[in-house]
Formats: sequence, structure tokens, C-alpha cells
Amino acid sequence: MKERIEQLSGEFAAALGKATDAKSLEELRIEYLGKKGHVAELMKGLRDVADKKAAGQLINSFKTEVEAKLTEATEALERAAVEAQVRGAKKYNPSLIAERELGSYHPITLVSREVEAVFESMGFTIEDYAEIVGDYECFEALNIPKHHPARDMQDTYYLDNGQLLKTHTSAAQNAIMKKYGAPLRAIFPGRCFRNESTDACHENTFFQMEGMMIGEDISISNLIYFMKTMLSEVFNRDVKVRLRPGFFPFVEPGFELDINCEICGGKGCPSCKNSGWLELCPCGMIHPNVLRDGGIDIEKYSGFAFGLGLTRLAMMKYGVKDIRDFNSGSLRALSQFKSL
Amino acid sequence: MLLSMRWIGDFVDFSGLDKKALIHNFTLSTAEVEDIIVKGEDTYGVVVAKVLSVENHPNSKKLHLLKVDQGDKVVDIVCGAPNVREGMLVALATEGGSVSGHKITKATVAGFDSYGMCCSEAELGISDDNSGIWDIERDLPEGVALGTDIKEIFDIDDIIFEVDNKSLTNRPDLWSHYGIAREFATIISRPLKPLTLASLDEYKDLPAVAVDVKATETVWRYSAIKVENIKRKLSPANMRIRLYYCGSRAINFLADLTNYVMMEVGQPMHAFDNRKVDRIEVQTFDAPFEFETLDGTVRKMDESMMMITSGDVPVAVAGIMGGEQSKIEDDTDSLLLESATFDGVSVRKTSTRLGLRTDASQRYEKMLDPELCHVATARLLSLLFECDGGAKVISSFTDVYVNKYPTITLEFDKRYVDRYTGIDIDTDTIVRTLTGLGFGVKRDGESFTVTVPSWRATKDVTIKADIIEEITRIYGYDNFEIFTSHSALAPVRKEVQKSEEDRMKDLLVKAYRFHEVHSYIWSDDAKNRELGIATPENVRVINAQTPDHSVLRVSMIPTLLYMVKENKAYRDEFGIFEIGHVVEGLKADGLCNEQKKLGCVLYSKSASEEELFLRARDAVCELVGDILHKSCVFESAECDYDFEHPKNSFDVLVEGKKVGFLSVPHPVVLANIDKKCAVAFFELNTAAFASVEPGLNKYAEPSKYPAIDIDMTFVCNSSEVVFGRVVEAAGAAADGLLDGVKSRGIYVDENGTEALTLRFSFVSKEKTLSKQELAPTTEKVAKALAEIGLSIKA
Repeated sequence: MKERIEQLSGEFAAALGKATDAKSLEELRIEYLGKKGHVAELMKGLRDVADKKAAGQLINSFKTEVEAKLTEATEALERAAVEAQVRGAKKYNPSLIAERELGSYHPITLVSREVEAVFESMGFTIEDYAEIVGDYECFEALNIPKHHPARDMQDTYYLDNGQLLKTHTSAAQNAIMKKYGAPLRAIFPGRCFRNESTDACHENTFFQMEGMMIGEDISISNLIYFMKTMLSEVFNRDVKVRLRPGFFPFVEPGFELDINCEICGGKGCPSCKNSGWLELCPCGMIHPNVLRDGGIDIEKYSGFAFGLGLTRLAMMKYGVKDIRDFNSGSLRALSQFKSL
Repeated sequence: MLLSMRWIGDFVDFSGLDKKALIHNFTLSTAEVEDIIVKGEDTYGVVVAKVLSVENHPNSKKLHLLKVDQGDKVVDIVCGAPNVREGMLVALATEGGSVSGHKITKATVAGFDSYGMCCSEAELGISDDNSGIWDIERDLPEGVALGTDIKEIFDIDDIIFEVDNKSLTNRPDLWSHYGIAREFATIISRPLKPLTLASLDEYKDLPAVAVDVKATETVWRYSAIKVENIKRKLSPANMRIRLYYCGSRAINFLADLTNYVMMEVGQPMHAFDNRKVDRIEVQTFDAPFEFETLDGTVRKMDESMMMITSGDVPVAVAGIMGGEQSKIEDDTDSLLLESATFDGVSVRKTSTRLGLRTDASQRYEKMLDPELCHVATARLLSLLFECDGGAKVISSFTDVYVNKYPTITLEFDKRYVDRYTGIDIDTDTIVRTLTGLGFGVKRDGESFTVTVPSWRATKDVTIKADIIEEITRIYGYDNFEIFTSHSALAPVRKEVQKSEEDRMKDLLVKAYRFHEVHSYIWSDDAKNRELGIATPENVRVINAQTPDHSVLRVSMIPTLLYMVKENKAYRDEFGIFEIGHVVEGLKADGLCNEQKKLGCVLYSKSASEEELFLRARDAVCELVGDILHKSCVFESAECDYDFEHPKNSFDVLVEGKKVGFLSVPHPVVLANIDKKCAVAFFELNTAAFASVEPGLNKYAEPSKYPAIDIDMTFVCNSSEVVFGRVVEAAGAAADGLLDGVKSRGIYVDENGTEALTLRFSFVSKEKTLSKQELAPTTEKVAKALAEIGLSIKA
């Protein structure tokens, strides 16, 4: 029996060495471990052996050895197959040119949202307003009487029903004061219209953002504080602000607010016309006549207002040189503005 | 406006101060300075010299060889000026000197050495006269030694600054050197020197000028005086230099004098030749006529325009420009001098209508102080006598003061100033500032009574808040301590429509990868014509830049369609959208019916129109679902616009309310965009959208039991099926077991009959359903669907 097992063991080792695929391994398994296989045959021969226990152990250990080697060979074969699969797999190229394009926001939307977020965080409500207004909202309620030279500054589009396209976001001041009364903190972005021919620096249709803060004892000191704080947030740096007297009939005193030029650090460069300062937004204490027309008690309340040129801000922020790109509808220009 | 620091220095002592720094302070306290130009800096070493001899150059017709005495020595000069002559006094740029930046060195000119240059006025930068060298003798005071630096005699060194005219619109007093000097004096707390004036009282016994102001509505004051025996023709050099530096041009002595006074005190003056004008009327005419102004232009005048006439013959357009016929000639030696205040609005209207803006009209538009009439005349006479001792006044100062501005007095206290400024500006500073600016100030403890000076009282300073500006701008905004406010906290109010519009943009950009664009509020008729769209009649812009842009848009879609056409060369597939304002005609009250709409257009070169249409449909459904938590229904409808496809226009309804439409282009419009492409679009009214109360996000607990799918096939005309209705009807009939409905496709047989297969998902919360159990339910569903036109295919 022992000899027979040794002989089989030798034959198995030789056969296993030649088995290179799953099919020949399976045939080998059947030849040795199948119902009519060599192991079964050995078991059958057991009845003719004297020392059954010793022989039985020999058969069992042979069987275990065959099973183990078959498993090992099968696993090796599977591993080789996986390795071959990996080797044969296609290598991908992540640098292939992407074909799916992201959507895009209009740059005015992005800049407006950025500024809105700053003001919202400071307790300002965001208002929307009409683009078509009357002479009253656009001029009279803003202390700009008929024949006032201020009406010369802005060439207005008039409509055949007597209304007009608003020339500035200030046209909403009166309505918003009447809507909320004092105290009040509001910003109102909006589209404005001026009847002028367009070129790289001029558009007849552009965006502004107006803001108002009205409360008890709101002062010039508060105005400077808020403008500095807000603009530092908007520009994400500690901006220096400078106020100069500026004339706007709806504020008194009125100011032109400049911020320090970041491009040259205040030394003077072409962007700031060598002054070190960039003229950014007109602002001022709301004129008592304007407050009164808005139904505000001027003995109790005062306030300030300011106007930011959103279109100009977008040009500064993104380095847009030609203002006409904004209304061009050209996706080659506009699709670049994916997100904030 | 250009201003000379030297001129201003006549009235304020700048000694010891940095003038450029002062100009910077002027920007911060008064008005924006746009530019600073230093004059004379690069001209030096130019002396008074005498031409001793003049010889012709042997080889040149133009050049002369001079011996010139420059004081310390006689030098050889080669000179090309046509007017050079022996004995002439000249401005000689000596060797080592500089003329307007051009260095003077020994040079060899056409074979001869030259040790300097005889200068023209233009070369020195003091006028644009380059016709010859400056014949300096007529401008020199007596007893000037040869070799004297000309800068010691003439005001060549100066600092000129330019103030933005727009920033002076509300300050008529600042259109003059004297007014600007008052600002400087206050800023640096130094006294303002008075103007040197002639006394007009001396002439009160002389005969008056005949002045008849008929246009009393538009004239505040008209004054006139006559002067004769004026011999001087050329203005003094320093006057010419100042005029030139300030952007004017020397013409002749009398014209220069009126310009000089206007620039100094801000009052426009007009000198008529007294031989042609010896009486004055101010009036308008009943009929249009032609008038030649002194610039030689014949202008069409109308009935609204105020004229100065003499014996009813027009001689000047009031406040704007004199007439050619009565202007000062070279031989004029007597004049009638006008110093008047015309109404700003009237002058502005005439000036606009004529397209003629002059230094005078610009000042009148700002509403001048009528008190200036007297000051300006007295100042002019003083200057005239200084320059021409023989001049003689031959009339009284005739003064028709038609309308006077009331004196304005304002009262306030320190508390008001504190409250408005937010800081503590002491009372002494308040008094000093206001006094410096010419206000009359009475102080009683912390209360002030302030009288507004006449030059600020024409419209500029009327209320207390105006006084705050005066105090704070001189105090300096850079000197303000800044504080936050003490306002109470309050929640920020949200506008529903605005936040919904923001969410629409987010969804279309992020989920659909569309691009947001902006366009104009008017229709573009030219582009519409190109697309085959008739621009719908609507409210019009009266003064559009081009007639094509005169009708306001009623829909966002046409412009977006045109943008699709413009972009299609660069992309195979894209979507664009805009949220913007449109006008749907007029409301009952005559005002524009302004609406805000989201317009969205999809374009594809590869997808079918139906696919694209369904993509647009999906976008609408998701906008409604995402923002309103509701579903929408599409109903076949009549087209609102001619650019829609008549068969494929659908109203979008939410809770039965129309919020917009979904459509594809009319075939004609599509062909004009591109013959081989697909386009679909929708438009939503964002206000109508916002008026729908958003639904709650409800949670439906999922069943623990598996669902069972049952397919049913119906005979129908699939394009007529309203699937929302199908789901609704099936759900209502399904005993609460229906979990979902999907379309499995449409099969068209050889006869053209359509068969639609729907897969119904049923689920129970209590148990696992079997087909047998469901049979009664599916029968009910089939029956319900048969009622709305879907019968089970046999």
C-alpha cells in the first residue's frame, strides 16, 4: 500500500506540473479525488491491508496533500489570470480633453451675490425694483427738480406713455422708504439705463447697487465706518477709504468715495490715474427733502445712502476691458464665469 | 476749469506752504482736481537782451547772424525769425539755459556758431504765437537792465490745476479765482484779501445808460456803464500769460479784460462797441430770425431765446455770445459794458437749442449771484485805469435790479452738528470755518444763527444740512473718528421672488449646465426681421439711439433666439437663459405693465427637436418641483407669439394658474436660425411663479413590502395623452396602492395605430401583494383610464 501511495504521489506531482489550465486541474481532481479516483481505489484496497489504521492514515494524508496542492494550483492559476487581466487592461488618459462643459452665471450675478452676501450678513434686506419708473421716483422724489442741471448729467430714455427707464438705482429710494419706514437697512441692485452711444467704456444698460441705512442718529461717522467695513469685505482686504465732497441733489452732504489703489499700493499707476486712489462710489447723508418725501420723520431719523457700480465692479474684479461683453450674449466670453 | 495758483496767490498768502499739497487738500475739501501742471519749470536762463546787429546769412535767405548783448557779454546768435531787427529787445535763452525743456548749448547752425536762442512766445509756452520772436520791449516796465532774468518780470512760473467742471455744478461761486481763493483761505485759515475795486459812486451824477429790461421773468439784474478814450490795444504780458495758462487766448485789450474779470470774479461781462450800441433792451421776439454771433456763425433764433437788442436790433444772445456786428474792433476806443445776471434755466435752454456753450453760458447755468454785477464792473474799471490812465467813464453805473434773492438765515445748535456728524467739532472751529467761507455767524452759547452769503444763496445753501457740509468738508473727512451705529438688531427680511429667481439660476446653471446671459429691455427689430419674427407693438422709447431699438420687449425669447444663432458656430449643444424685465403693454392706469420673466432656450445639433423639447420640459418640471415642491401641467394652447410652433405651444400651469409657456420655434424661425438643428424654449413669469405658495416637503414612509409591476397596453393617440392626468386618474382609482407609473414605450403598427405601454407599480403597506389580489384594482385603473380615452389594447 505504501509503495502504491508513493507511486501515485510521484505520478500526481508529475501530472500537476503539466496541468496549466483549469480544465486539466479539474481532470486531475477527478482522477485522484473523484468517486472512481485513485484515492477511492486506495480506500477500496484498505480491506486487504492488515494494519488498517496506519494505512488509513497514509491514504488520508495523501488525500489531504492532493487536495491542498490542487487548491494551491487552482489559486495560482486564478491569480495569474487576474494578473493577466490587469496587464491586458486598457490604460486610461485623464488628460483627455473634457467634453462636458459646466454651466455659467452672468458675471453681474456673481458680483451682485458676493456683495449681497456681505450686506445680508450686516442685516440689510435685499430689494428688487422696477426698471420703468416715473419722473417722480427718478427725479422729483430725489430732490432733483425740473430744469436742475443734474438732469443734464444723465441722458434719460423716455417712453411714449410718459414714463422712463430708470437712470439710477436711487429711483427706488422713495418706494423702499415708504414700504418699510424707519429704521431701515436695505440694498437694491438693479439695471439702469442712460441714453448714450456705446463703446468699450460706455453702455446704455448697466447695473448698480444702491444701499440705504436709516436710523436714529445715523451720522457721517457711521457712514464712513460702514462703507469702510463693507468695502473691506467686498474686496477682501483692509481697504482705506477717502471721502471727497461730491454733489448729488439727493444727499447732503454728498461724497465721492475713493478706495486706495491696490494695483500700485497707493504710489500711483495708470489704473488710478496716478493718484493712488480709485473713485468707487458716490454716497452721502440722505437729503432731508428725500427722507421727508419718503415719509420719514426727519427730526428723529437720519440716514446715509450709497451707490455701487456693479458693472464697473465686475470689470475691475474680472479684468473685463470692454463693457459691451456683458450684454453681448457671447458664450465665448460669458461661459467663463462658472461660480463665485 | 483751469486755475492759476499765482493768480489765486493775489488773494491768499501762500508763503511757506507747499502748493501742491494745498491743491491735494482742495480735492478733499472742495472739488476734485483732475490734473496739476507746473508751468515754467523747464524754462530757465532766459534773459532780456538787445540785438546789436543783424546780418544776412551768406547761404540762407531765412537765417540771420546776430550780435546780441545779454548784459554780461555780447554773443553771436544765428536766428531764423522773420521779425528780428537791429535794436530789438528780445528774450534770449542763454547758453546753459533751457526753453520748455529744450537745453540751450553752443551750436553750429549752417556753418556759424550760435550761443543761445531768441525765443518766441510759443517757445516759452506763454502763448501760441509762433509767428516770430517775442518783441519784448512793449511789455517791459521801464528801467529793466539787459541780462535780467525774464522770470523776474513775467509770471512764467506758475502751478496750474484743473478742476472737474461737473464737480462745480452746484457752486457758481467757484467758477472764479476769487471764489477758489476763498476756499483756500478757509482751508489754511489765512485771511482772504479784498479785491481792488474802483468806486462806482463817483459816476452817479453822469447820465444813465438807456436800459430797458422787458424780459423781467428771466433777468435778475442788468447793469451797464459807458467808457471812452481807451487807447491801449495790447493787454499786459502777465494778463496774457494768465489767460493763456487758464485755457483762454489773448484777443485784444478790451476782450481780454472782460475775460480776465470773468475768470477772476466769475461774472461774465460783455463789451459792446459804443459806436454801434448805445442803448440796451433785453427781450424775446415774436418770430424766428437769423443772427450772426461773433464767432462768425449765422444762427437760427426762435421765440424762446432772450436777446440783447439796441433800438430793437439784436446785438447779443443774452448770457451766451455777442453779435458779429457790435463786437470790439481794432479801432474801438469807447464801449458799453454789460454786467448782468440772466436766469440759468433760460440760458441753458437757449444754449442747448443753439448747440452753443460758452464760458459765459456755463456760468449762468449755475445760477450766478446778482451781487457780482456791481463787483465785476468795479473790478474791471480798476484794472482798466491801471492799464490805461486815459480811459474815461461817461455814464453812471446804470443798474436795473429786477429780482433779488431773499437773504437766507439758518439756525441750528451744536447738538444738531454732533448728531449729524457723529463726532465733536468744537464751536470755535464751526465759527472760524463759516466765517472764513463768508457766512455771517452769530453765536449764542451753543446756538448759531447763520446768514448765507449772497454767492451761496442762489440755490446752493438753503437748509441746515448744507451747513453741515460746509463745516465737515473744511474739518476734513480724513480727520473723522469713525464709529458703528447703535441700531437695534432686526431679522433680515427676504423677498420671495428674488430668492426664487436666485434658485432658478442655480438649478439651470448647476443641474442643466445652461449659461446665463444678459440682453436689452428693447426688442431689436433688425434682428427680429432676420429671424422672421414680427416685433409686437408695445410701449416705445421716444429717444432710442436707433429706430430698431425703440419698441420695448414683451418676451425674453426673441433676443435669446438670436443669441443662439450667434453662438451656434462655437458649440454643438447648449442652453442659455436670462431673467429680465419685459413690458406687456399698458395697465388701466396708463403705466407700463412691467413683468419679470425667465426665458430659456435650448439648442442642439445632434438631438431631435422632440428630445430637446422634453429636456426643456424636464427643466420646467424641476424648477417647479425644486422651488415650489409642486408639480406642473402642460396644456396645449394657442400661441402667444408668432415665433412659436403653432402645434407645439403649451401653457405651463401650476395649481391651475398659468406661470409660463413651453414651445419650439415656428419652422420659419427655426430655418432662419439653422436648417439642421433643434431648438426648444420656455418662459416663466417669476412674479406669477412666486405667487404660488410653496408646498411642504412631506415624508412618505416607504413600504416594507416589495412592489409589484403590472404592464398595460393601451390604444391611443399618444401625443394627445396628458400624462399628468393619467397618473392622477390611475392613482385615484387604485385603492391607495399605486406607487408609480412609467412609460414603457409606444409601438406603432403597420396601420399606423399607436399602442402605449405603461408600467404601473403597486405596493401595500400591510403585505406582499399578489397578482390575483391586485386584479380588482387593475380593473378599476383600466376603467378609469378608459374614461379619459385610454382603452386597453385587445
